[in-house]
Amino acid sequence: MTTATAPRAIGGHKDSFGATTRSDRWWQGGALTAAGLIFFFGYLTVRAFQGTWLWANPYISPTGAPPLFTPASGYAGAIPVSHAWLGAFPAWWPRFLPQSPAFFFPGLAIAFRFTCYYYRKAYYRAFAASPPACAVAGPRLKYRGETALLLFQNLHRYALYGALFLLVCLWYEAFSAFFKNGQFGMGVGTLVMVLNAALLSGYTFGCHSWRHLIGGRKDCFSCDAGSKRAHGIWKKSTWLNSRHMLLAWLSLFWVAFTDFYVMMVSRGVITDLNTW
Amino acid sequence: MAQRTFKIWRGDSEGGEFVDYTVEVGPGMVVLDAIHRIQAEHSSELACRWNCKAGKCGSCSMEINGKPRLSCMTRLNSLPEGTVTIQPLKAFPLVKDLVTDVSWNFEQNKRIAPLKPKARDADGNHRMMQEDVDRVQEFRKCIECFLCQDVCHVLRDHKKHEKFVGPRFMVRLAQLEMHPLDTDDRIEKIRKEFGSGWCNITRCCTEVCPEHIGITDNAIIPLKERVVDRYYDPVAWFIRKVLGRK
Ligand code: SF4
Ligand code: SF4
Ligand code: FES
Ligand code: FES
Repeated sequence: MTTATAPRAIGGHKDSFGATTRSDRWWQGGALTAAGLIFFFGYLTVRAFQGTWLWANPYISPTGAPPLFTPASGYAGAIPVSHAWLGAFPAWWPRFLPQSPAFFFPGLAIAFRFTCYYYRKAYYRAFAASPPACAVAGPRLKYRGETALLLFQNLHRYALYGALFLLVCLWYEAFSAFFKNGQFGMGVGTLVMVLNAALLSGYTFGCHSWRHLIGGRKDCFSCDAGSKRAHGIWKKSTWLNSRHMLLAWLSLFWVAFTDFYVMMVSRGVITDLNTW
Repeated sequence: MAQRTFKIWRGDSEGGEFVDYTVEVGPGMVVLDAIHRIQAEHSSELACRWNCKAGKCGSCSMEINGKPRLSCMTRLNSLPEGTVTIQPLKAFPLVKDLVTDVSWNFEQNKRIAPLKPKARDADGNHRMMQEDVDRVQEFRKCIECFLCQDVCHVLRDHKKHEKFVGPRFMVRLAQLEMHPLDTDDRIEKIRKEFGSGWCNITRCCTEVCPEHIGITDNAIIPLKERVVDRYYDPVAWFIRKVLGRK
């Protein structure tokens, strides 16, 4: 990858793109990250644009939950109109866009993950090569860090507020999955949905902005009763925060898997084991 | 005993080259031991800096097989077979061979205002609770090896030494900013003078820190969040400016 050699590489260090004396497989981490991001976000994007097979009574795919609108007809496996917050897609909905509930609330998750302090590291390294890996030179482009174009990343906490709202909705949908036509019970799909909400909770409550807002912003944890409570929550959030990358991947994988499971049951490809 | 070859950068700020040295190595030896043996057997003028040989003084930082590491804590048997490449740090001016001039770091340190403690309690004491200093104690483990400064691409590749103080000093700033007794308001400087926005949180500093300080997650990101409170969060701004609350 090394193209031009600097005229005088003092210390044996070169500046050209990809230059390094690292002898290990430094590109592996970035390559795996890129592959994982493309695969999972690619899958979820395709599913979001399909708008089909989002429902297998009483299960709902996170790609469509919570549904603001749902197509009244023409979409196999669509969420029932009675389950959507505002019913069927309105007449003004542009024709060139598929009638997919994913375009509303579930989209909040994209903003949350995109501005997440972990995913930022992942895609700055894997896609922007800034840096490609530690002690490996990146492309020789003007670097502004997060001081210019990327200033919007500072609004991550607003994406967090959206994600918290989404989380409440996904827990509600998970509990609803214990009831089929009003009858209590459970199936594999119920467990899949509960685990989905649980993993997303682990990811969300380890968020740096959350950790800051609920206590990290304080300098004194012992000063009053409120600060002491905040310290307790902060410590739990810190525990999750140190596993934030793991939870980011697990929850991403499980969101995709939950969608896949609901799709497969909805299409009748697999039979859901359940008590109903 | 086995033989091992070391490819070591020899030269100064004008230029130089890699030179191969082969010496006998034994079990338990670290890279610094091998350098000492090379000095004894091949080249007594090979320059390197070291002091404690116990991972505590932070003097022996260099790049081993391309990674910034402490040479006194890098065991030879932890490195893959074959020639070991040894270079000086990249982010600082080279003096000779493996010695760089790290004084830029000491200049940065001087720019940071020391602790400005609040008034003492009535009995003349300063009191802090353990839970209030836990966070800050992590940062005090720093041995000032400057490996994090060396690996940080903002300094290493983009040479923004004028804009960004680097991870080591973001740690020091966090240590003061989060200190329960400190009364200084440091947020404006953290953003404008010390350049918190230049860090893109890609965490190489955290990966190389021999003291395992959570540089990015426990120091830099919490500081960035405090900067958001002051400068970027419209609701926080409204509460502060319009409602006059802190
Ligand atoms: S996380 Fe920030 S300070 Fe640390 S190495 Fe990366 S850019 Fe530099
Ligand atoms: S923070 Fe870690 S890597 Fe940086 S100077 Fe201190 S001990 Fe070294
Ligand atoms: S969700 Fe990752 S830091 Fe907020
Ligand atoms: S010689 Fe002191 S840290 Fe290596």
